[in-house]
Amino acid sequence: MTEVIARAESTGTPAVITERGERAVFCGLTSIIWLHRRIQDAFFLVVGSRTCAHLLQSAAGVMIFAEPRFATAILGERDLAGMADCNEELDRVVSELLARRPDVRRLFLVGSCPSEVIKLDLANAAARLQGVHDNRLRISAFSGSGIETTFTQGEDQCLASMVPDLPTAQDSSLRLMVVGTLADIVEEQFRRHFAQLGITEVDFFPAARADDLPAVGPGTRILLAQPYLSDTVGALRKRGAKLISALYPLGIQGTLAWFQAAAAEWGCSTETVQEALAIPIARAQKALSRVRTSLEGKSLQFLPDSQLEIPLARFLSEECGMSLVEVATPFIDQSLMAEELARLAEDVRLVEGADLDSALARVRANRPDLTVCGMGIANPLEAEGLRTKWSIELVFTPIQGFDQVADLAGLFSRPLVRERQLEVGSWS
Amino acid sequence: MELALWTYEGPPHVGAIRIAASMHDVHLVLHAPQGDTYADLLFTMIERENRRPPVTWTTFQARDLGSSTAEMVINTLEGVCERYNPQVLLVAESCTGELLQDQPGALAKGANLSAPVIPIEMAAYTHKENWGASETFYQLVRGLLAARALKPGETKAPRGADQPPSVNLIGPTKLGFRCRDDVVEIQKLLEQMGVRVNVVAPLNATPRDLLRIPDADANVNLAPEIGDLTCDWLKRQFQQPIISTVPMGWGATRDFIAEVSETLGLDIDVESVGGSRLPWYSRSVDSTYLTNKRVFIFADGTHAIAAARIARDEMGFEVVGLGTYSRERARDVRALATEYGLEALITDDYLAVERAVEALQPELVLGTQMERHIAKRLGVPCAVISTPAHVQDYPARYSPQMGFEGCNVIFDTWVHPLIMGLEEHLLTMFRDDFEFNDTAAPSHLGGEGGGAHQPDTASPTAESSETEEPGAIAWAVSAEKELRKIPFFVRGKARRNTEHFAIENGLSVIDVETLYEAKAHYSR
Repeated sequence: MTEVIARAESTGTPAVITERGERAVFCGLTSIIWLHRRIQDAFFLVVGSRTCAHLLQSAAGVMIFAEPRFATAILGERDLAGMADCNEELDRVVSELLARRPDVRRLFLVGSCPSEVIKLDLANAAARLQGVHDNRLRISAFSGSGIETTFTQGEDQCLASMVPDLPTAQDSSLRLMVVGTLADIVEEQFRRHFAQLGITEVDFFPAARADDLPAVGPGTRILLAQPYLSDTVGALRKRGAKLISALYPLGIQGTLAWFQAAAAEWGCSTETVQEALAIPIARAQKALSRVRTSLEGKSLQFLPDSQLEIPLARFLSEECGMSLVEVATPFIDQSLMAEELARLAEDVRLVEGADLDSALARVRANRPDLTVCGMGIANPLEAEGLRTKWSIELVFTPIQGFDQVADLAGLFSRPLVRERQLEVGSWS
Repeated sequence: MELALWTYEGPPHVGAIRIAASMHDVHLVLHAPQGDTYADLLFTMIERENRRPPVTWTTFQARDLGSSTAEMVINTLEGVCERYNPQVLLVAESCTGELLQDQPGALAKGANLSAPVIPIEMAAYTHKENWGASETFYQLVRGLLAARALKPGETKAPRGADQPPSVNLIGPTKLGFRCRDDVVEIQKLLEQMGVRVNVVAPLNATPRDLLRIPDADANVNLAPEIGDLTCDWLKRQFQQPIISTVPMGWGATRDFIAEVSETLGLDIDVESVGGSRLPWYSRSVDSTYLTNKRVFIFADGTHAIAAARIARDEMGFEVVGLGTYSRERARDVRALATEYGLEALITDDYLAVERAVEALQPELVLGTQMERHIAKRLGVPCAVISTPAHVQDYPARYSPQMGFEGCNVIFDTWVHPLIMGLEEHLLTMFRDDFEFNDTAAPSHLGGEGGGAHQPDTASPTAESSETEEPGAIAWAVSAEKELRKIPFFVRGKARRNTEHFAIENGLSVIDVETLYEAKAHYSR
């Protein structure tokens, strides 16, 4: 099912084509994989089914050898038939878990498809459990269910659930809050860059420690490190924070514009920012120029997956010279994407939503040089002679900021380089 | 409600997908939300399949609940018939789908579809992956063959004099452990015996192939977790005897040959069928060091049972722990454990298995990918013998577990993580060599699996140091020094044994004498 819902001729942005049909994406539970690496003293307890547990270990299990800081409370027949009180059972499981992990400072109860369909109130359960476990740790709930959230939206729900716990800022002095999970190394780089710009009042949310909760108030300026955080932005705005509209820090242009937008709030001109960051920019340009040669002139199609598609499309077309055959994304938040959409060529085919079989039919018809897609689809497309980049790497790898620009481009160039390099078999 | 960090088996609908993905011209429609589509990657990433599993998902969302989910089922079914034109359409639900009570099976039956429909009830909150696979295969075979079953009083027509004896291989699937190669190996073995393989199913079969199942003289139940139910039904309906010995290991392969011969009334000398290097490799002097190595086994029922026999009778190990996560096979594993003087560990709780390994201190763990995690953490060598398995356990090379070549593969795989006989002496001899010290691992254990060379002083996690009650016993300097003279790959064990010994004897300080007292106490 395909229809054009908006043709925004006046703004010069591409028309959005909506599709509804079969979707091939992870649910929001998948966000737990990077969230639990980021918030190092948090534990994520999914209340769901064996499917939820199996998803988490299939998507993450092969990468993690230590005991993970996530688990699943698996609902059984007795819970569903009402023979066991779900709340009592949950209390028992949480006690068992906390006895085993005394180091945990924050527990998230994570809702799933089954827990939502049976209307298990986890927010209520979290409040009750908070009372039981008192000050030992903080307990809250969010939904990662596949009927409500797609892939990265799990992070949005998680962060939004933490917003009520943020302390209220004492005064309305200007303070920057960088929102969205970043790798530690990227956070360090960004802190140094902000310091170079004279901005020292910077918080990162979420922080590496669950108890490091930044204050929020009318002086707070939100700068999004990730593009999929609509609900978190909404919750922060309700606490008085203001959103800085900017490109996302992917690519040199994106990162520069991101810093410029933030610095403008501190009265810094765009030229000043460009000068202050001249060294990392030059370094990034040099590194990118080597990778760019493999990407230039190649065609690219995005299947809807991570919600990073639009900023990535901007980077790969503007800075790497790739041509965009189609950019599909699960959901477009027009306000959070405004700056990015303005940078896409008007004739780019932009799709919101999914209909798997027709998308695959278009990939087969277009035969792009590279298709960005989920892990389940990548090998079958490769077997059809198409190069792919599986998108989950984009959320597991540090890709933001100047010093990661070449790494980011490298994720896309590697399949193409490999095609040239291999003397075995055939892709076409 | 049950707390799970890892799970040995997926949900039952993943079992249904395994059946569909193993076959051709079958399509499965699953009434499930979008997140459940992760299951595709099990096949395309872990097993490197070059096609998507033949599954279409309704992927309903919250906004569809209460209004249009049933309609989505119908639309999806119609779309699938049009696009894929399957010989058979399987219809099932995932855990969430089941809660909606849309009854997609009944909807499909009433939808006047172009393909025959076989609905599968998954009962997702009671059952698991292997059950789901077993049930799906059974319903599929039954759905296709029930009308052709022998009538009461009818008997199976005897094999024609000009017909070669034949069997079906029942049970191998995608995402099974080395099923791809086991099928090839057993086909070769049967060929050697002059037995024709009529149908292999579900792996690479079509529904039309399944219709030919009754033509064979007997069914080989190659993967009982998947095939039991179907083999039993075929025995009842078509009077096909079941060959139930799983040909894994040297002795079991010979027993299998004998069972096939007897079932089919053949006169075959076992020696003439083939042989393996395992018996000689196991008797060669370098293998002396394998004698009574303490082995812990945890796997699916079939692989656990086979591994126990191989470990004890063919490798000369001592089996110190035996267990399975396959509850369906609990009785068989318990019986075998009793025979080995053990109490079987029947659980799907990864933490319970970890506790058992910790307590038993084996020298080799034979398990699944989960036990590989456990063994790595505890610094014990490990070989993977069963699903759930990692991408590296779907190797490019021919690597069967069954038949005579399977014996060779198993010998190599199990011995590889251990320190070899002659090497053990060399390690001691060169203990103080500047290039060869505690931190230099033997070269063949360069990567993972060589956990045994971890320094014994390391306390890898907070949990383990808590349970060890440090400080309860002091080591005299002389005893510490003596301990360091013990080869590092057994030093951790020596330290733990000595401390146990000291605790049991109420000693607060360990000196050199205690060390040797403990050594004498624990020596076998």
